[in-house]
Amino acid sequence: MIIRGDEPEQIDLLKKLYPKGNYFMQGDEAIAYGAIFAGCRFYAGYPITPASEIAETMARELPKVRGYYIQMEDEIGSIAAIIGASWTGLKSMTATSGPGFSLMQENLGYAIMTETPIVVVDVQRSGPSTGQATKGAQGDFFQARWGTHGDHPIVAISPISVEDSFWETIRAFNISEKLRIPVVLLADGVIGHTREQIRIPDPEEVEIVYRKLPKNEEEAKYPFGDVDGSLIPPMPLFGHGYFTHVTGSTHKETGLRDVYTPEVHIKLVNRLHKKIEKHEKDIEKWEEYFTDDMEILVISWGVSARPSLGAVLKAREEGIKVGLFIPKTVHPFPGKKVKEFAKRVRAILVPEMNLGQLILEVQRYVNDDIILKGVNKIGGVPLTVEEILREIRGV
Amino acid sequence: MAKEIYTKYKMAKYLRKEALPTALCPGCGGGTVLNAFANAIDQLKIDPKDLVVVSGIGCSAWIASPYFLADTLHTTHGRAIAFATGVKVGLPDKKVVVISGDGDLAGIGGNHLIHAARRNIDITVILVNNFIYGMTGGQVAPTTPFGAKTTTTPYRNIEHPLNIAEVVAEAGASYVARWTTAHVYQLIESIKKALTVKGFSLVEVISQCPVQFGRRNKMKEPAEMLRWFLKNSIPISKAKKMSPEELEGKFVIGEFVNRQRPEFTEELNKLIDEVAEHFGLGDE
Repeated sequence: MIIRGDEPEQIDLLKKLYPKGNYFMQGDEAIAYGAIFAGCRFYAGYPITPASEIAETMARELPKVRGYYIQMEDEIGSIAAIIGASWTGLKSMTATSGPGFSLMQENLGYAIMTETPIVVVDVQRSGPSTGQATKGAQGDFFQARWGTHGDHPIVAISPISVEDSFWETIRAFNISEKLRIPVVLLADGVIGHTREQIRIPDPEEVEIVYRKLPKNEEEAKYPFGDVDGSLIPPMPLFGHGYFTHVTGSTHKETGLRDVYTPEVHIKLVNRLHKKIEKHEKDIEKWEEYFTDDMEILVISWGVSARPSLGAVLKAREEGIKVGLFIPKTVHPFPGKKVKEFAKRVRAILVPEMNLGQLILEVQRYVNDDIILKGVNKIGGVPLTVEEILREIRGV
Repeated sequence: MAKEIYTKYKMAKYLRKEALPTALCPGCGGGTVLNAFANAIDQLKIDPKDLVVVSGIGCSAWIASPYFLADTLHTTHGRAIAFATGVKVGLPDKKVVVISGDGDLAGIGGNHLIHAARRNIDITVILVNNFIYGMTGGQVAPTTPFGAKTTTTPYRNIEHPLNIAEVVAEAGASYVARWTTAHVYQLIESIKKALTVKGFSLVEVISQCPVQFGRRNKMKEPAEMLRWFLKNSIPISKAKKMSPEELEGKFVIGEFVNRQRPEFTEELNKLIDEVAEHFGLGDE
């Protein structure tokens, strides 16, 4: 079976359209190009600041690689359409910002329950509500984790620069495809609208993952069954005569609904969680600096990671033993790593563009005997090196 | 009884036997719709492998999902047409059919219905209109007749029902028809046309819900409801000569539109061919 986006000539086509080298572009554009390199060939979306440039780039670029762009009537329809397209075998993405992400939550849960690989980009902006629509923020940390109802696992990734946006979008697709789970890319309006240099690689340098397909008719009978011990069922695509039934209701391994047997629900929902735990190594990713001899640890993410690094470098020049930990995969949160670090430091600082969200995750892994302090800023203006440095000096 | 159906009912070959019997109440019009749909598929000799059925939430979403043996996507409330849009773009050569209810497709999902018709995407929608939210216990719907009693209009309904077929026709669908479950043969013919026509097609089926609608409105027997449909059905040709006052409480039946308009997935693929050829590898 030839997968759209994975045809042999695609490599040459990508090389021709986007020759490797240095480009100057926005974070939003880098997300779009990352998606195209990852094999995304279906995009459905609805305009919203500061994510619209992703839609505009996809509308312009996707047809060049024989991909589909469709502008839907709202964000609910957008995520619905990409889930439908994913079941036909197309790698699919939508992008939005806070208000649109709120509208997508019900169908995000549907994608989790039906194990549909999709990538949902949330270019975070300042809320609540319409808030400061054009300004960036990091206020959707928990909306990404707990926005949809019920017990559920989720994977969320947060890039820290324009170039990182390209690569982390590819990683979002790879995780989504490998684990049959929606992945949220928690971008933000600051990086989304920042222009900087990025290196576009040769397509051969990019590792691409495609979902596991059933090996035979027998496997296809269990679209939600653990047929090989990996806890990830192969995905029978629509249109191949498998007669697959997909429902967001609690279902058996065959896909047929059974909402009355407690064991069926328990088994399904537990497997959804366990498949994430089992493949933790494929999901986790972080950067760390100066953590060997540190006495103070700065933990930051997304747009705030960069001024945090600037502040840590300056503090080191001043002789302060400070280290930096940047989770790139923010959900599931790398708690074990934080717990290890917490044993070796006297203080932890958490800079972020909100009133304290990631810090609540950190808190779960830290004892009371060390100082834990947020470096928080709202108002739409990113944290500066000086603001974080002041806190490092003072702690 | 149920076993007998598997051997004697000619359309049983189209059904997912392990999912039977259906969840529909005795006397529900849903069975008639499923039967009409299966007959249309049979008469057109459509291989169910070339069919994807999408539905939303509510009793009518259960008519074909999971019972019809095809790829079936049972989605969230109101969003079936939006899901189907993604399916159709991915599988432009397959028949994509949405079967769901009035509350689902014209209430909470009304926006998707209008815009899919505007886009004229080649999806067939069989919208089963029983005037009520049945599964949740008989609450008023955007289709409930003026003056009718429901659990949330216990005195009387003071809102006016949406004329779904007319709205969809106006929005740009290629094909729109309305029948009732008392017009089975006409219904089968219209479903066949809807499946054949290129572009968005809607078949609205006025259907009986004796349990949640009928018994609160002096029609607790299914047959009473069917007689009500027959007595008040007006062919569209005749309705055109009648005043709005004369049409109050009537069911206008027949074909509302049957026309050729550019279809979305075809236009999308045409556009992609043009762009891809311009930017593609060419003969180098």
